[in-house]
Amino acid sequence: MSNENEMTSFAFTPENLEKAKAIIAKYPAGRQQSAVMPLLDLAQRQVGWTSIAVIEAIADMLEMAPIRVQEVVTFYTMYNQRPVGQHHVQVCTNICCLLTGSDGVAQVAKDTLGLDWGETTADGMFTLSEVECLGACVNAPMMQINDDYYEGLTPDSTKSVLEAIKRGETPKTGPQDGRQFSAPAGGPTTLGELTFGTEKA
Amino acid sequence: MLRDQDRIFTNLYGIHDWRLSGARSRGDWDNTKALLEKGRDAIIEEVKTSGLRGRGGAGFGTGMKWSFMPKTEGARPHYLVINADEGEPGTCKDREIMRFDPHKLVEGALLASFAIGAHASYIYIRGEFVREAEHLQVAIDEAYAAGLIGKNACNSGWDFDLYVHRGAGAYICGEESALIESLEGKKGQPRLKPPFPAGVGLYGCPTTVNNVESIAVVPTILRRSGAWFAGLGRAKNSGTKLFCISGHVNKPCNVEEEMGITFRELIDKHCGGIRGGWDNLLAVIPGGCSTPALTREMIENCPMDFDGLREQGSGLGTAAVIVMDKSTDLVRAITRLSRFYKHESCGQCTPCREGTGWLWRMMERLDKGDMTMDEVDMLFQVTKQVEGHTICALGDAAAWPIQGLIRNFRPVIEQKIRARNASAA
Repeated sequence: MSNENEMTSFAFTPENLEKAKAIIAKYPAGRQQSAVMPLLDLAQRQVGWTSIAVIEAIADMLEMAPIRVQEVVTFYTMYNQRPVGQHHVQVCTNICCLLTGSDGVAQVAKDTLGLDWGETTADGMFTLSEVECLGACVNAPMMQINDDYYEGLTPDSTKSVLEAIKRGETPKTGPQDGRQFSAPAGGPTTLGELTFGTEKA
Repeated sequence: MLRDQDRIFTNLYGIHDWRLSGARSRGDWDNTKALLEKGRDAIIEEVKTSGLRGRGGAGFGTGMKWSFMPKTEGARPHYLVINADEGEPGTCKDREIMRFDPHKLVEGALLASFAIGAHASYIYIRGEFVREAEHLQVAIDEAYAAGLIGKNACNSGWDFDLYVHRGAGAYICGEESALIESLEGKKGQPRLKPPFPAGVGLYGCPTTVNNVESIAVVPTILRRSGAWFAGLGRAKNSGTKLFCISGHVNKPCNVEEEMGITFRELIDKHCGGIRGGWDNLLAVIPGGCSTPALTREMIENCPMDFDGLREQGSGLGTAAVIVMDKSTDLVRAITRLSRFYKHESCGQCTPCREGTGWLWRMMERLDKGDMTMDEVDMLFQVTKQVEGHTICALGDAAAWPIQGLIRNFRPVIEQKIRARNASAA
């Protein structure tokens, strides 16, 4: 992983360059600036963060002033302006999670990883962040690790998920409490009368 | 209670196959060509007849909004932009549509775009919904491959392209003009209105911005008729609605119900009641965190729709119902929301940029009980200096939860202050 002193230049890999071209083609001719967000995301997926070198390369590619790209990077929370750990653990503490126990989830996450908000482990494996609502409120409390949601957490299940990742395992994503996604615990109260096509009741 | 056969989102819980073949078995994409052949005006008329009001929070008539678009395409192309930047705390319904019923959205996008004369549409999905964006992209790819969208969509003669655009973590981009700015590759700062997007929107072109749920119900409305949809719920508050019930109910869930269902029925039927029983209910935020919290007396028998909740001084918003029992530190909960608004203010308008910070700092003091009742009145005054003085509604949204707290829960505030004074003495 790169650190702040390391990345002096950036270029997309050939594979990502093809992806970048396909992204730019989604927008009308002359409106290539629209691709700035997806290209920053693509670059971040390649090197882990959006360094000045990334900003300059994308500005060049989209014929934008670097400052306009920098504005985008600093406006949106998902662009990492410094390197983050291989597993970015983001705990929601907004109202629905607060009401259902995010204090406990946050404490266990901090203890298990040995981190406070915004910190990264020395081995570069984990970064812990406090985030705003991630939109899984009926399955609160929850956390996001990289691209996946872990929902319906308790302090115990939070610890299990994090310990599993530490061991190099891939824990089950989604609700950790056995629920069928956003259905009520114990099963849906609706839609039971319906069957579709070839499906059996 | 709404009958299952009148429910639109039949794969809400992801029990069935969300891909094209599964969607077809649930009735999606069934002779869409015939729906398009009704013509633009007839589609808009049908949606007007349905009484569908925007499901993103503001509740503006969807058919009416479509009718603001120019009747014929001039030099500037038309766009449909679908707002999937779901981020209002408490709200998690569009996520379920996109991951489990994505074809309803794709088909709705085609029909709505045709109705407003748009050959291209962008779905702006919040960046954190990575898996949901993946499902959506699969659905779009399937629809292209099956000839349902793309050149000569559904053999209708109409060309239609649909794209997914991922955001990157900014609540404000749920505001339609901020979303357009963001889609153009800029900071998501709202635009002054007028001009409205129907005149000058994406790339300066006529644009309609609709919420995911508003678009995803359109195919069913066109199939079953506007009159069917209008027959559900109450006058001017028609149809079905996805409710997201979180917090202190026994079984939090998303559920599709009839508009106007009472709060009591909604909670007892689907959520197993209030945690600790109805006497344990303290407060309810009925429509996403921006809507003022109500007491049990105000909400228990209130019809859960736009007008019912407005009569109680709150709103349906996104129908994200946040329930708080008597174990809740309500001041702390509202303080958390104030921190959220301070974090999410885009910084463009002074009353919001500075005001959200003031509100949060005052709320932090109130949370500690370190405030006099005179200062509580001053806090209310500060909310009034922010509300209505900004380009977009984020300033209002920051003001309303605090106003709701002071208006409806004064005893809770007084108790907080008394407790601190008692411990200090």
